[in-house]
Amino acid sequence: MNHWIIAPVILPALLAPLIAFVMRHDLTLARTTSLAGAVAIVAIAVGLTVASGSGETQVYYLGNWPAPFGIVLVLDRLSALMVLLTSVLALIVLVHAVATGWDARGRHFHALFQFQIMGICGAFLTGDIFNLFVFFEVLLIASYGLMIHGGGRERMQAGVQYIVMNLAGSTLFLFGLGVLYASTGTLNIADLALKLREIPIEDAALVRVAAMLLMIVFALKAALFPLQFWLPGTYANAPAPVAALFAIMTKVGAYAIIRVHTLAFGPDIEATGPLAATWLFPAAIVTIVIGALGVLGARALLPLIAFSVLGSMGTLMVAVASFTPEATLAALYYLVHSTFAGAALFLVADLLLSRRKDQTLIPLPATVQNGLFAGLFFAAAIGMAGMPPLSGFLGKLLILDALRDPGQMPWAWGAVLAGSLVTIVGFARAGSQLFWESTSIPVAAPTGPGHGPVTPVRAASAFEIAPTLTALAVLAALSVFAGPVSAFLAQTSEQVFDRDGYIGAVLGTEAEDQP
Amino acid sequence: MSREGVFLLVMSALPFLGALIPGLMIRAGRTACATFAAVPTALALTMLLILAPSVMQGEVIRVELDWLPQLGLSVSFFLDGLGLLFAGMILGVGLLVTLYARFYLSSDDPMGQFYTYLLLFQGAMLGIVLSDNILLLLIFWELTSLSSFLLIGYWKHLPEGRQGARMALAVTGGGGLAMIGGMLILGNIAGSYNLTDILTQGDAIRASEWYLPALILILLGAFTKSAQFPFHFWLPHAMAAPTPVSAYLHSATMVKAGVFLLARMWPVLAGTDAWFYIVATTGLITMVLGALIALFKNDLKALLAYSTVSHLGLLTMLLGFGTKFAAIVAVFHIINHLTFKAALFMTAGIVDHAVHSRDIKRLGGLRHLMPITFVIGTVAALSMAGIPLFNGFLSKEMMLDEAARTGWAGSAWVVPALATLGALLSVAYSFRFIMHVFFGPVRDDYPAEPHDPPFGLWAAPALLVVGVVLIGLVPALVVGPLVAVAGGAVIGGGELPYYSLKIWHGVTPALFMSAAAVLGGLLLLWRHAPLDRVWLAAPRPEAKVIFDRLIAAAVSLARRITDRAHDGAMSRYLAIFVVATVALGAVAWTGGGTPPPTRGLQPVPLVVAIGWALLLVAAVSVVVTHRSRFLALVLISIIGLMISAGFVYLSAPDLALTQIAVETVTIMLLLLALHFLPKTTPIESGWFRRIRDGMIAAAAGGGVGALAYVFLLRDVDTISGYHLENSYVGGGGTNVVNVILVDFRGYDTYGEIIVLAIAGLVIFAAIEALLSGPAAARIRNTNYTQDRSRDRHPLMMVVATRVMMPIAIMVGVYIFLRGHNQPGGGFVAGLVISIALLMQYMASGFAWAQARQRIGYHTMIGWGVLIAGLTGAAAWLAGRPFLTSAFGYVHLPPIEEFELATAMAFDLGVFLAVLGAVMLMLYSLSRIARYAGETQNADPMDFDPSERKTDPKEGV
Repeated sequence: MNHWIIAPVILPALLAPLIAFVMRHDLTLARTTSLAGAVAIVAIAVGLTVASGSGETQVYYLGNWPAPFGIVLVLDRLSALMVLLTSVLALIVLVHAVATGWDARGRHFHALFQFQIMGICGAFLTGDIFNLFVFFEVLLIASYGLMIHGGGRERMQAGVQYIVMNLAGSTLFLFGLGVLYASTGTLNIADLALKLREIPIEDAALVRVAAMLLMIVFALKAALFPLQFWLPGTYANAPAPVAALFAIMTKVGAYAIIRVHTLAFGPDIEATGPLAATWLFPAAIVTIVIGALGVLGARALLPLIAFSVLGSMGTLMVAVASFTPEATLAALYYLVHSTFAGAALFLVADLLLSRRKDQTLIPLPATVQNGLFAGLFFAAAIGMAGMPPLSGFLGKLLILDALRDPGQMPWAWGAVLAGSLVTIVGFARAGSQLFWESTSIPVAAPTGPGHGPVTPVRAASAFEIAPTLTALAVLAALSVFAGPVSAFLAQTSEQVFDRDGYIGAVLGTEAEDQP
Repeated sequence: MSREGVFLLVMSALPFLGALIPGLMIRAGRTACATFAAVPTALALTMLLILAPSVMQGEVIRVELDWLPQLGLSVSFFLDGLGLLFAGMILGVGLLVTLYARFYLSSDDPMGQFYTYLLLFQGAMLGIVLSDNILLLLIFWELTSLSSFLLIGYWKHLPEGRQGARMALAVTGGGGLAMIGGMLILGNIAGSYNLTDILTQGDAIRASEWYLPALILILLGAFTKSAQFPFHFWLPHAMAAPTPVSAYLHSATMVKAGVFLLARMWPVLAGTDAWFYIVATTGLITMVLGALIALFKNDLKALLAYSTVSHLGLLTMLLGFGTKFAAIVAVFHIINHLTFKAALFMTAGIVDHAVHSRDIKRLGGLRHLMPITFVIGTVAALSMAGIPLFNGFLSKEMMLDEAARTGWAGSAWVVPALATLGALLSVAYSFRFIMHVFFGPVRDDYPAEPHDPPFGLWAAPALLVVGVVLIGLVPALVVGPLVAVAGGAVIGGGELPYYSLKIWHGVTPALFMSAAAVLGGLLLLWRHAPLDRVWLAAPRPEAKVIFDRLIAAAVSLARRITDRAHDGAMSRYLAIFVVATVALGAVAWTGGGTPPPTRGLQPVPLVVAIGWALLLVAAVSVVVTHRSRFLALVLISIIGLMISAGFVYLSAPDLALTQIAVETVTIMLLLLALHFLPKTTPIESGWFRRIRDGMIAAAAGGGVGALAYVFLLRDVDTISGYHLENSYVGGGGTNVVNVILVDFRGYDTYGEIIVLAIAGLVIFAAIEALLSGPAAARIRNTNYTQDRSRDRHPLMMVVATRVMMPIAIMVGVYIFLRGHNQPGGGFVAGLVISIALLMQYMASGFAWAQARQRIGYHTMIGWGVLIAGLTGAAAWLAGRPFLTSAFGYVHLPPIEEFELATAMAFDLGVFLAVLGAVMLMLYSLSRIARYAGETQNADPMDFDPSERKTDPKEGV
């Protein structure tokens, strides 16, 4: 058995308590350990991704108990990809947080950060639906801690909304699990898939409700309409590096839907049928609209970015809602893209806003390095709005190309394309005000002693800019290497839809074909 | 890959590769910067010229690299006649503009940025005209929108520049997005995204039912880019850019991209009624309208901008006619328009540079003061007017000739008449340009002293007007072959129609129309002043105002919707969540049925009925009294107790034990927290909302109840049978609940203790943030003492908790040790001991108890999580998966044989994490208390009888 599968969960889970109690009085020590851990997880994730490339679904039986009686971890291309995505993003964000000193503005940043990585990786790797709940809790509570890091009135208020909405989601998750266990008697996702195949539609009311409740829970995480209310406030008020890390949090919801609603409640399973697809699709369309409107109407930079992230979730979920291998390939490509695009935007915003008086979109005197920040923002906005040459454009093309069903096409194409236009207009307005109009405002003469405080504005060092550049470089690389990346993603999505392969690997038996 | 293929690839990459160089070379000076900016362009142009001869012989050069095969996107370029024409224009004019800009830009302008943007734009344009893959073409298409955004907004301190840039981006970018849809449909019909393949599928595409949507979407892209009515309004506002940009974007490149696309798609899309009526009509309207507006513009660049709109309309109309002859004429006019329009823009820039004004009303009489500029400008303008001997005349004649033969909706005169009108207006504004700028009396109120510019500035336009004249005199010799090969590419191969490039075609209808246009145009110019007054007095829709209003309205609508929806009203968010859940749950339910029940209802003994009633009453009471928070808390604890009792009744002692311990700890902590919060909840909602929310809650509760009712009546095989069978054999414990917690599903428990640990850390961090933030002052200034007991640390309680302490710890240890086989375990033990400690803190105050506490809470949590994790990891040493347990039986005399299991170490971790987390929460709460000014007691109790100094018998 490949013990490395569990390493992305255990390593941060061991580092976090060490940082929390042994190193809590020394920031340098905590930073070093945290960074070393993040680097190690990237290395492990690369190894796992390479291992998953063989196409074999690897299973890790915790406690050596056979499935479906114990908990299993499952490593296939999809989970490996998600872990890799998480680890790379985490490293970028962590370097930014250290370079800008965000980690020192409150307590326990690094411990919570490690726990957060642990929670996200755990959710991606598990093959057990109850265990998924547990890791949802881990990542929720850790993310709450990170979100209110540093404190402040608005942040605390937004934090309450975030935690309350998500706890409501957790409660519903438990209800859903209760119904599911009471109607199937199992928690292992592969076993669930097997059991659900045998339930005829006449007996399927309970599992259908369970499928729906779980879909709602995942949609809440993915911030789909009408459950998106928590996202704008949370992302706009979280510390910017944390908001950048949160780019992966919504993806957890998307991942869960791809995994669970393909494997267990898939569209070709009699009991559930196209239940999820039917409702996800319109919700995703409306989410795109809400995101676009939010970008256009935003009065401040961080809400603008938050709404653009929301819109990108809509775009992603439109593709997910198709539940076809082609659309899933497109969705996965866009998922990777939008994660780094959102992160890059938040990181640029942080660099800028820490040197600007406030974040409202009004012209203020230009900051130092105005040109540099303008360039970075331009690039990140291009990425998010889905314009070439960065990967967003290819992602959107892939999605549009995959959505050709006559019932879906007008809606999906219309929403995605019009949403892009509105987003572009919104970003152009914001950028023009932040970076161009500011140059027309004369810098107030520096006031000396007795005339008010002179705020020394520090130019951003290479160390501070590097994470943003890296995120943008990832977008560029995704675009340049779109061929090989998509080839891997095509295999990934094929594996996702190979239900028998997954079930067979986990349960150790050749799964029977559908009855 | 052939040598030509490599050339093509390198050529199209050169502008991008070279784009960064000027940004760096500006450090070596302006001339160095401009020179290095010219290098990639010159190099690319050289390569193009090397490739040109074979293309002129009808060869098509191709190169293809895979990019995203899953989508059908490849890096494939091809160079045919049309591509050659456009690439030559882009690179050639690019070189001239580079030269011109070197002398045009002032020393305040960041020149490095300028050339970087220019090269990016040039690369994007080159990509469009060379792409052999329509998806690749789309990429370059959007890149031109983005890079032109940067170029138009180059003078970022000017509001016109910023607004013009945003408008151009919105319009052309939006058109580009529509085109994405069109191209994807087109590719779907043709079964390939390769242009070469698509071009062969014309008949199939025109016959497809998707033809019209594809056509409309693609035309939206082309029309927005080429500023066709009603999207023409962005172009004049893009004139806020520096003049070299205008000369480049609006003569040779950006706006020609739409025309290029029409020409490129001509073999596939043209030839239908839809094409004719949409494209030709739009072109015709644009031509006339643009020319009309141009006549009344006083800003030189605005005049030229609208004339560009008009000429683009002319080109669009020609391509819209759908005849081969018209397509050839369009190609010819593209060349002619490029030469005279680029020269005119540069002339306008020179005038602006010299006189510091572009306002026609402030100019005039410049022919003596700026003779070189005068010659250049006049020649170019005469060509624009379509005067013989200059190239504009030739293509205009051919256009009129074709127009004369074109009917529109059964009418033979509409097109010729309007085409003549367009030509007439064109003559008028061209002559106005000449007369009002260069002729007339010399004035003495120029904003600056007019003078001819240095050679560097007039070299480029001079070169262009040489072209104007040469083509005008000997067209067939100069551009004949190019027109033939490019025209051949547009019409998609096959025989070229008969045409001849010469000045004199004999007495044709076109000659009369042309003569009428010139005469009429001069007449208009003669009466310009009164007409101008009429024009100014007439109501005209101002496109920019409409556009701005539209955007402003969209923004305010977006703002209203967004603000209303995301106003932070959590109760509404939750209501929507619950309603959606109930509704979707009901939808899901109705899609399936339920199997018949396998169990009957059980009789209800009295004790259960009482418990049930208590639960109900408590739950309802919480709803009724929830505004009084303490009372609600007490009632909640009744619910918890009843649930524990339920567990006991249903033979689940472990659950009961855990439930009751959790209940105790949480209620205690909540009580402490409530101390710092308002004691009542204010009434914020009216009756209507309360009833509505009540109904929502009842629906949700009823739904959950109904679900429970349904599944409780039905048996299902579960995995727990296996757990029961293997608990002792495989897990070494007879208490299956505990074995599940620490072994079967120990990983879940591991996750959950981490949740608890994180919660402890988060509370600690949040309190830290709270006390260092603005809220701290509020806490400090609030008086929390009003309802405080005067005996805060009562003697009885102190003594009782002290006595209880060792017993509670014994119980905790006992529960911990027996956990594996009997009800109990680390989780409960941790809670029991926390309760014992909590009691000490409550009895004697936090500071007193804290002083007697040796181990830090962080340490306790840390050790707990670590021990649990390391226990799990220890299994790796045995080559087993994480958390694989091992157990054995040890006999140590005189003690009885007992079991040692690794699960116990794991359980110890659970114990420590639980204890640490609870205590850290308490610690955090007490920090608020101390911050709020709570007195810290050094003594265990407020009144200690043993410390009485005075003997009561003695009296005072």
